Amino acid sequence: MTKNNQYILAVETSCDETAAAIVKNGREIISNVVASQIESHKRFGGVVPEIASRHHVEQITIVLEETINQAKLSFDDIDAIAVTEGPGLVGALLIGVNAAKALAYAKQKPLIGVHHIAGHIYANQLEKEFIFPLLSLVVSGGHTELILMKEHGSFEVIGETRDDAAGEAYDKVARTLKLPYPGGPHIDRLAADGEALIDFPRAWLEDGSYDFSFSGLKSAVINKLHNAEQRNQVLKREDVAASFQASVVDVLTTKTYKAAKEFGVKQVIVAGGVAANKGLRAALSTKFMDEDTELLIPPLSLCTDNAAMIAAAGSVAFEQGHRAGWNLNANPGLDIEEYGRRRKLSKGKI
Amino acid sequence: MNILAIDTSNQVMGVAITKDGVLVGELITNVKRNHSVRLMPAIDQLMKETDTRPVDINKIVVANGPGSFTGVRIGLATAKTMGWALQIPVVGISSLQVLADQGAFSTDYICPFFDARRGLVYTGLYKGDGNGKIVESKKETNVLFAEWLKSLAEQGEKVVFLSQDMEMHRQNIMKYMGSLATIPKGSIHTPRPSTLAMIGENRTEGSIHTLVPNYLRLAEAEANWLKQQETR
Ligand SMILES: [Zn+2]
Repeated sequence: MTKNNQYILAVETSCDETAAAIVKNGREIISNVVASQIESHKRFGGVVPEIASRHHVEQITIVLEETINQAKLSFDDIDAIAVTEGPGLVGALLIGVNAAKALAYAKQKPLIGVHHIAGHIYANQLEKEFIFPLLSLVVSGGHTELILMKEHGSFEVIGETRDDAAGEAYDKVARTLKLPYPGGPHIDRLAADGEALIDFPRAWLEDGSYDFSFSGLKSAVINKLHNAEQRNQVLKREDVAASFQASVVDVLTTKTYKAAKEFGVKQVIVAGGVAANKGLRAALSTKFMDEDTELLIPPLSLCTDNAAMIAAAGSVAFEQGHRAGWNLNANPGLDIEEYGRRRKLSKGKI
Repeated sequence: MNILAIDTSNQVMGVAITKDGVLVGELITNVKRNHSVRLMPAIDQLMKETDTRPVDINKIVVANGPGSFTGVRIGLATAKTMGWALQIPVVGISSLQVLADQGAFSTDYICPFFDARRGLVYTGLYKGDGNGKIVESKKETNVLFAEWLKSLAEQGEKVVFLSQDMEMHRQNIMKYMGSLATIPKGSIHTPRPSTLAMIGENRTEGSIHTLVPNYLRLAEAEANWLKQQETR
C-alpha cells in the first residue's frame, strides 16, 4: 500500500495562544484550533508568562481533541508531530514541547521541532506555493526581520531590528495613547480615520543597511504627546496614530522594496502578527502593484499565532529529514539561521 | 494493570512502572537539571528495560504539585497528553501526599514539606493509621514554616518530618518542636515514583481535560492584581 498524502499534526504554545492543527501535504488546512487567552491577560495590560503557562496546561488536551475531531482523521493517518521549539516564552513553549513529545511517544510518531518565525513565513504556503528566491518581511510583537530564502528550509537574515520590534513600538505608543491592550489593531483603526500631519522621524540607518530601529520613533511620539499635554495643546489621537503608522510603514515598505530589488526575488511575503495591519498591507500592495515580484500576505486568521503555520513549516522539515529526539527542549532564543543549517545537516540522515 | 508514574514536581525526577501492584522499574535522580530535557528519555529507557510498549500502559499517575510551577506543568503536560493519546485514565496525586505516604509505617502525625523560598514552605499534615495508610489531618498550604511549626507545637503531639529540603529547615524544626519532632534518616525523604504509582492504583480519575496543577499559590501577577483591587 502506498500512502500519497502527508499529514502533520502541529502544536504551538509560544505565547498566549494554545493551538493545534493538522495540515495535509504542507499546503492544505484540515483542522486548525486556537484557544486565545487574550481576555485573561487584558487586566494585566500584557501577556503574563506564568498565567500563559497555566492556561496552556489547562487547554492543551482540549485543543488537541478538538483538532483531531474536526479533522475526522485517526492517528494512523498522521505522519509526524511538529511543535514550536522557539523562540517564545520559555514556560509557555515547554507545555507545547512536552505535550508534543508525549503525543509522539504514545503514538510512536516522528517528532519535529519548528522555529516559530519559520512557521509565520510558511503560513503563506497554505495560500500559495513558494517561488525562490523569496524575501520575507517578518513583523510581530517580538520580531522585525527581513529574511531571504533561496530554497525550502533555508533562512538568511539580511536585516533585523536593533532595538524594539515594530509590534512592540505599536504597543508602547498605544499605551501612551491610553488604548486598550493589545494596542496594535487600535492604532491601525485610529490611523484610518486620521491624517499623517506630524512628521515623525524615520530611522533609515546607514546606507545599504536593511536593519530597523523603532525606539527613536517611539520616543518621538511619546515626547510629542507629553509636550502637547504640558502646553494644553490638543492633538487629535487619530492624527498621532496615522503619523506614527506612516513612519513605521514607510520604513518597512521602503526597505522591503529595496531588498527585493537587490536580491532579485520572485516573491515578497509578509509574516507575523503585524501583517494584519491594514496600513501596512495597503502600502505594500501599492508599492509592489506594477512589479513582477509577487506579493503574498496571508489572510488575517493566519497572521496571528496558530499551529497550521507550524505544521506547514514542519511538513518541509519532515520531508528534508529533520527529526527531533526525546530530549527536545524549549529553546526561547532559537536562531532562525542556525535552525535552517541544522535542517540541512540532518538531510539524508533519516 | 500496568501503571506509569511520573513526578517532576520538584528537584527529584522520578519515573516508575508497576505491573499488577508490583514495581518492575523505577528511575530516580536528584540533580539540578532540566526535567523537560530528561523526562521523556527516562520514560523511554524505563519502558524499554521493562519490555513495556506505550499501548501496554493502562493508567498514568502523576504528581500534580505543589512544587516548582514549571516542573509540575512538565509532568502534567506529559501525563495528560500521553493519557489522552492512549485513551487511558490519568490520576493526579499531591506531591506532598507521596512523601507523607512514605511515613505511613508511623502512627504519629506526618508532616511532609517542600521549601518555597523566603521562609515559606508547601506543607500539610497527615496521620498514619499504623496499617500503612495515612489520613489528611490539616489541609495542604503555602505558609511561613515558623508559623506552621508553632501551631504544630501547640498540638503537643509527635510529628515525623519528611523533606528533601530538610537541611535548610532542621534547626527551625528543632527550635519549635524539640523532642516532639522525629526526623528519620536516609532515603525516606526522597519522594519515590513507585509510592506515587501505588497511591494512584486504586484512585478513581476525573476527566483528563480538567486535571490541573495543585499550585497552592496564585501567580504573582494575579496576587498583586487582587491586592490592588482591595486597596482601591
Ligand atoms: Zn508569532
